[in-house]
Amino acid sequence: MAREILLSARGLVKEFPAKGHKRVHAVSDVDLDIYAGETLALVGESGCGKSTLGRTLIQLIPPTAGTVTFQGHEITGLSARAFAPYRRQMQLIFQDPYASLDPRMTVHDIVAEPLVTYKLCPDKAAVTQRVRELLDAVGIPDEFLYRYPHQFSGGQRQRIGIARAIALQPRLIICDEPVSALDVSVQSQILNLLKDLQERFGLTYLFISHDLSVVRFMADRVAVMFLGRLCEVGDTKTVYERPAHPYTRFLLDAIPMADPRARETEKPLLQGEIPSPIDVPSGCRFRTRCPYATSRCRTEEPELRAVDGRLVACHAAPLDR
Amino acid sequence: MDNDLTLKIEHLSSGFFTERGYVPAVDDVSLSIGKGQVVGIVGESGCGKSMIARSVMGLLKYPGRITGGSIKLAGQELTGMSDGQLQRIRGKDMAMIFQEPMTSLNPVVPIGKQMREALLLHEKMDKISAKAEVLKMLEHVGISEPKKRYGAYPHELSGGLRQRVMIAMAMICKPKLLIADEPTTALDVTIEAQILRLIRSLSRETGMSVLLISHNLGVIAQMCDTVYVMYAGKIVEQADAYTLFDRHAHPYTKGLMDSVIDLKSNPRRLPAIGGVVPNLLHLPAGCAFSPRCPRAMDRCREERPELEELAPGHLCRCFEEGRERL
Repeated sequence: MAREILLSARGLVKEFPAKGHKRVHAVSDVDLDIYAGETLALVGESGCGKSTLGRTLIQLIPPTAGTVTFQGHEITGLSARAFAPYRRQMQLIFQDPYASLDPRMTVHDIVAEPLVTYKLCPDKAAVTQRVRELLDAVGIPDEFLYRYPHQFSGGQRQRIGIARAIALQPRLIICDEPVSALDVSVQSQILNLLKDLQERFGLTYLFISHDLSVVRFMADRVAVMFLGRLCEVGDTKTVYERPAHPYTRFLLDAIPMADPRARETEKPLLQGEIPSPIDVPSGCRFRTRCPYATSRCRTEEPELRAVDGRLVACHAAPLDR
Repeated sequence: MDNDLTLKIEHLSSGFFTERGYVPAVDDVSLSIGKGQVVGIVGESGCGKSMIARSVMGLLKYPGRITGGSIKLAGQELTGMSDGQLQRIRGKDMAMIFQEPMTSLNPVVPIGKQMREALLLHEKMDKISAKAEVLKMLEHVGISEPKKRYGAYPHELSGGLRQRVMIAMAMICKPKLLIADEPTTALDVTIEAQILRLIRSLSRETGMSVLLISHNLGVIAQMCDTVYVMYAGKIVEQADAYTLFDRHAHPYTKGLMDSVIDLKSNPRRLPAIGGVVPNLLHLPAGCAFSPRCPRAMDRCREERPELEELAPGHLCRCFEEGRERL
C-alpha cells in the first residue's frame, strides 16, 4: 500500500552561531518523511534539537542547508508571499498554555484571528459561528466565548490553543510537548481529544515529546533523536518492543515503571550527560556515552540503515539480547 | 515506639488567609516516617502536597500559616518554634531539595563555598576540614572532578549536575530527614533515573528518612515504602507501596493509576478522570472528590467520609459502598 508522503526533509541542517566563530549543531543532516494521516513522534532529551527540527520542517526557522517538500512542492527558500498558502496547512500547538495565548484577547478573538487574517468567512456573524463550532469540537462550552485566558484552567487553555490550530483546517499540526505542563488526569483528556480530532479532520501530527509513555499512546511511528541526529526511526510498537539503537534502549529502560516490583530488576543506567552541541564528538555522536562503542564509532559516522523492520544509525545494531 | 519515628505529623492543618477567605491547603493530615524509610505523597497540583513540605520546614510565608496540629522531628515539636530555633534545625537535622535547583542555589557564590557555609554554621568546622568534607560529598553524589567543580558557579552546570549539587548540599550535615519536592520533574528521563537511584542509595547507606513528593506514580512506585495519596488538602488513601499499586480502594487512586500509560499495550483511548480539581475556597459539601467520582452516590455529596482502616496500615477515605472491590 503506497502511502501519501505529506512532508519530506532531505539533508536538513540547522546551525546557530556561537561564541568564538563556533557553531551550535542543532539539527544535522536529517532525512525524514511524514505520511498523511499518521502521528510521527519526535523523541529525545532536552537540547537534542527536536523542537528546532519541528520548527525548521515548517519553515518557522529557515534551515541552514537541505530541502523540505510539502505535498511534493519544495517549500524551502520561498518568499513569505509564496509560502503563505503552505503556512495555512501547517499549524503549531505549544507546550505552555499560559504563555501561548494573548491575555488581553477573549477566547472568541483568539480563535477568530486566523479566520480573519486569511479572510475565510464572509462576515462577522460567520466568523462567530465558525468559532463556536471550533470551540465545540474541543469541548469548550459556548458560554465561555467571551472570557479571557486567565479565567481558564491549564487543560482548558490547551483546548483553546488546539481550537486555534485547527481553525484553518490544516493538514499538519506540530504538537510541541502539548501535555507536559498538565496534570496526569487532564493529560489523558487532551491526548484523547487530539486523537478524536485527528480521526474527525484527517489530521497529520508531528508529536514532539520527551515523555516516552505519552508517545507510546499517541504515535504510529517514532523518530528518536540524539544531539541533532536521528538514531532510530520505525513503527512505535517495533521500536518499543525491540529497540535496536543502544540509546533508544537506555531511554526506554529509564522510564520509572508504576509497579513497585520493577525495583527488583534494576536495569543498567546511561551514565554521564549529553555532550555539548557545539563540540560534537567525532563519528557517532552517542559514542561517548555508549557501552558498545568501538574504534569504528569514533571515526565513522553511522548512517540510517534498515535493520529488523526499522531504520537505525548504529554500527553495532542489532544488539544481542 | 514513637521515638523511633524521624517525622511524626499529627492532625496538621495549614492554609492561606486571603482576601476572599481562608484556603484550607492542608486539612487534618497525619503522617509518619520511620528511620531510613522513604515515604511518598502523590497528588496533582494544588492538592496540598508541597504545603506539607513547607509546613514541616517552617517555610510558610504570609499569608500562609499552620493553623493546627503537631509536627515532631525525632520527638522534638517544630510547630510554635521561633525562626531562630528553626534555623538551627533546618539544614542540619532536616533539609529540602526542590524541582528547580536554580531557585535554591545562590547564583553569585561558587557551589563549593555555598556548601561549606552549612558546615561552618552548624558543625563549627574550620574552613580547611569543611572544604575536604565538601569535596568528599560532591564525589559521593557522583560529580566527577569535584576539585574543578568546587569553584564553579551554578549557571556553569547542567540541570542534572545542579540537582546533584543541591542533593550534596542537603546531605552535607547528614540530616535525619530529607524532603524532596518533585526532585526530578524538570529532568530528562535518563538523568531522572540516576538521581532517584542516588537518593535511594544515600538513604540506605546513612539511614536518612526521605519524604518524597511527586505527581508521577512511576517515581513513587520505584522509590517509596509507604505512600499517601492526597486530594484537595486531605489524605484520601494510605498504604505500603505494594498494597497501593495492587489493591487501591479509593476511586481517585484508581483514576490516577488508570491514567498511567501502559508501554506494552496500545488502547485507542486513555481512561481519564473527568472534570477539574475543585477550588479550595468552594469545596463541595460532601466528599471533595464526589463531583468527579464515577461511583459517587447521594450520600457522598452530603456527608464527608472519614479515613477508615481497611487492613493494618491501609487507610481509605471513602464510604464502604463507594470503594473499589478489593
